[in-house]
Amino acid sequence: MVEITLPKNAQVTEGKAWPKPQGGNLREFRVYRWSPDDDANPRVDTYHVDLDDCGPMVLDALLWIKNKVDPTLTLRRSCREGICGSCAMNIDGTNTLACTKGMDEIDGAVKVYPLPHMPVVKDLVPDLTVPYAQLSSIEPWLQTVSPEPASEWLQSREDRAKLDGLYECILCFCCQTACPSYWWNGERYLGPAVLLQAYRWLIDSRDEATGERLDNLEDPFRLYRCHTIMNCTQACPKGLNPAKAIAEIKQMMVERRV
Amino acid sequence: MTKSATGRAPLRPRPISPHLQIYRLIPTMAMSIVHRITGAALYFGTLLVVWWLVAAATSQAQFELVNGIFGSWLGRLVLFGYTWALIHHMLGGVRHLIWDTGHGLGKRTSTRLAWATLIGSVTLTFIAWIAGYVARGGF
Repeated sequence: MVEITLPKNAQVTEGKAWPKPQGGNLREFRVYRWSPDDDANPRVDTYHVDLDDCGPMVLDALLWIKNKVDPTLTLRRSCREGICGSCAMNIDGTNTLACTKGMDEIDGAVKVYPLPHMPVVKDLVPDLTVPYAQLSSIEPWLQTVSPEPASEWLQSREDRAKLDGLYECILCFCCQTACPSYWWNGERYLGPAVLLQAYRWLIDSRDEATGERLDNLEDPFRLYRCHTIMNCTQACPKGLNPAKAIAEIKQMMVERRV
Repeated sequence: MTKSATGRAPLRPRPISPHLQIYRLIPTMAMSIVHRITGAALYFGTLLVVWWLVAAATSQAQFELVNGIFGSWLGRLVLFGYTWALIHHMLGGVRHLIWDTGHGLGKRTSTRLAWATLIGSVTLTFIAWIAGYVARGGF
């Protein structure tokens, strides 16, 4: 359901301005904070990062803040090179990975929020239980009825090439939580990340459950809540195109009827 | 506070993270919203057309009354807006038709299509009204 405003307990207030460090080359950061351990509403804290003492990426700055200013700042991160998808967050108004987003790509203060319209566990850590459950609902693994071959399932080069632009997805959910349709109908619409995964198995030449997979998606909400708003494709930090994958699924739906 | 099954006090409800409030408006997103708004406005505009037709079918006096309202500067302004909404929604529909064939979904192309919808609708609206006034031979 469309709810444009935030519920009372989610409204963001002005937070603490943390002391500026010594040094002349400072960058202002405005970071969303919320803790389950007190009764306060979410707030936006202001930090200043010494760029002469810090790496170039937004993740470098967030860890600099955590190490040097405020150890309570909470975020997920792991690989720091755009392959694990842990540090997905909303930076400068767009969902992306903090580790691959350069501070030099942003004008003015760097605004950092958790992935949009998700329950917040703490600070920049969203609860991704629902998208993970949706991912398992599309059964993202190879399904076959043919007897298993002695060695491996073979695939031609051409068929393998169909997976390019799909298999690279790291499941960071930047696209999923960039989608207004997912904001309003997130419990029933599968969302761009999950539908891209669904398509990845639909066009895999080795998979033999195409019909069942399409049956599962044939639903006014699960698939057809995509209104081609394109926020997913614009946001994807890996340069993939979930909107196109969804359009291809819609085409498969039409093709199997005619 | 009541205790949960784990014996710990339950956590207070998690807030929903900000969404529309903080998300940067991009052309495709903006044109999606405008497509919705113009679609809703067309219901209202169609009522005006119905009103005009019903008046024409009722009597000369009724027709002249409605024609007079539509011909006033405010009436013309509303009709101008209706023309734009109609053309914009139509071009938006064409854009969706292209997308439904699987084309034009790239990052750059989709953004260009969004701008083209806006620029095209404004241009065509002005052309339609100028053509209308030229056909009338003045205001």
